[in-house]
Amino acid sequence: MAMRVLVGCKRVIDYAVKIRVKPDKTGVVTEGVKHSLNPFDEIAVEEAVRLKEKKLASEVIAVSCGPPPCQETLRTALAMGVDRGIHVEIGGKDYETLQPIHVSKILAKLAQEEKVDLIILGKQAIDDDANQTAQMTAAVLDWPQGVFASKIEKMDGTLKIQREVDGGVEYVEAKLPAVISSDLRLNEPRYATLPNIMKAKKKQIAKKSISDLGVDITPRVEVLTVEDPPVREAGAKVESVEELLTKLKDLGRI
Amino acid sequence: MGLNDEQIQMQRIATEFAQKEFLPYMAEWDEKEYFAKETMQKAAQLGFGAIYVSEKYGGTGLTRLDSSIIFEALSRGCVSTTAYMSIHNMCAWMIEQFGSEEQKQHWIPSLASMEKFASYCLTEPGSGSDAASLATTARCDGDFYILNGSKAFISGGGDTDLYVIMVRTGSPGPKGISCILVEKDTPGLSFGKKEKKVGWNSQPTRAVILEDCKVPVSNRLGEEGQGFNIAMQGLNGGRINIASCSLGAAQASLELAANHLKVRKQFNKPLAEFQHNQFKLAQMATNLVASRLLVRKAASSLQQNLPDAVSLCSMAKLFATDQCFDIVNQALQMHGGYGYLKDYAVQQYLRDIRVHQILEGTNEIMQLIVSRDILQN
Repeated sequence: MAMRVLVGCKRVIDYAVKIRVKPDKTGVVTEGVKHSLNPFDEIAVEEAVRLKEKKLASEVIAVSCGPPPCQETLRTALAMGVDRGIHVEIGGKDYETLQPIHVSKILAKLAQEEKVDLIILGKQAIDDDANQTAQMTAAVLDWPQGVFASKIEKMDGTLKIQREVDGGVEYVEAKLPAVISSDLRLNEPRYATLPNIMKAKKKQIAKKSISDLGVDITPRVEVLTVEDPPVREAGAKVESVEELLTKLKDLGRI
Repeated sequence: MGLNDEQIQMQRIATEFAQKEFLPYMAEWDEKEYFAKETMQKAAQLGFGAIYVSEKYGGTGLTRLDSSIIFEALSRGCVSTTAYMSIHNMCAWMIEQFGSEEQKQHWIPSLASMEKFASYCLTEPGSGSDAASLATTARCDGDFYILNGSKAFISGGGDTDLYVIMVRTGSPGPKGISCILVEKDTPGLSFGKKEKKVGWNSQPTRAVILEDCKVPVSNRLGEEGQGFNIAMQGLNGGRINIASCSLGAAQASLELAANHLKVRKQFNKPLAEFQHNQFKLAQMATNLVASRLLVRKAASSLQQNLPDAVSLCSMAKLFATDQCFDIVNQALQMHGGYGYLKDYAVQQYLRDIRVHQILEGTNEIMQLIVSRDILQN
């Protein structure tokens, strides 16, 4: 039976942009800055589209939470082969304080509404590096999870997932429905083709609001200040191992 | 800059593709004179092989403006390879526009996928700007034409599969010219030595030699006597494409120069803090934007077949190629001695776009076209 797949598509500042902290230290500069689809999410989309091409998935739905420009992010996913998109519109202060805990509830709600069998998310976003959403979504749904996936194989009613872990590679088998997070080596995403960009124009992006979904997005975390990392200081040369140890003790490092 | 959502996406795809598949190899392809067929075929898979040819025959069915945006973006990765692709695109369009149903079905799909590569053959040793005086003949013999003559400076020549050749079938002058498709390996078709060029090194350039080359009459594109018209119409679009390639090089060079100015210090401060450099950058950027606007306007005009299209295409080619050469030249100057080293990309952008002021109609001929339009209307 072909799976119905949901993929998360987060709009983040493009990886190549030089990040600058806002003068008021409340965050980083995002206005006028190039944004793109989170690279790990792009890998998730690619995997979902490949499942569809192998006829293991029947429909792929992409979800993005945030302000209107998130629709561009969804269009990128549509141009890669996703069938339709859902834009959960969240703006202003709500968006600034949106955390994985909230997103996981949104995704869980949508997964239930859309009767999804598999959720594939990027393992982490390159802006917050949280690495939480996939795990939390699985918990909310009480579904099995296979995170940091580098290979996914469909078995009979289950998924065999190859995971990259600190010690090497691990295999888990998860019963469907399940949540997976994509790691770097899962696949190499395709370029959208020009014809697919034009075809994507006709694909549907549904708009939902937080109230439609009934999810509580009150902030749990308050950002106090965002600062640049300290400027790198000059090092010092030492003559002997004894001197090295003395210096390290003086600095309170050992 | 006034692009719609789809165009922004296309630009993004083309930029990403060029940054990943062209840029890292640009210098190597130039040095080794490597014609990157496989990479171009990859590009064709994304729809870059026949961008403004209709989907009905396997093209991508986009507009001239879309094409300009795409070629500019690709050019930032490698001017020479992109410029060849634009010539290939032009040939595919000529076949769509003027070919018979059979010719279109036969040729366009394999050109769109770049399974086959095409070359445009107009110039001869004795006829460049005076293109209408071309001397390659095609004598009718039953179901065949017998071709005799030679073409010069043919991009892709010797390594491509299909030659779109302008030949004389009738009286002297433009009305005696026809256009004929010649496949490689046709007996009587041979090539001169590979030219050693200042730039455009990732595409081979050779003379195309025809000695009693027998070609079926069914390979003729359009009617006898229509060839010059076909050639010129192809070039209108070709001029926008070449101008777009210059834009890409200028954009890339401007960014490289700006970055260099921020990093390089002399007299205790970054070069970017000297007002002379700041003002120079401002001029360069202004001229780039102006060029881009003119090229895009010409593209729109051509798409809509407006009466001013031919003039605008000539103006765009004239202005953009000249301005962009100056921009890249300035960018090189801003790099100081480093700009002269092949380790730095600016010199390649400069060498590659220098020829844009010459081919597809010299900038002098562009002035001729525009002034004629002014004085006759």
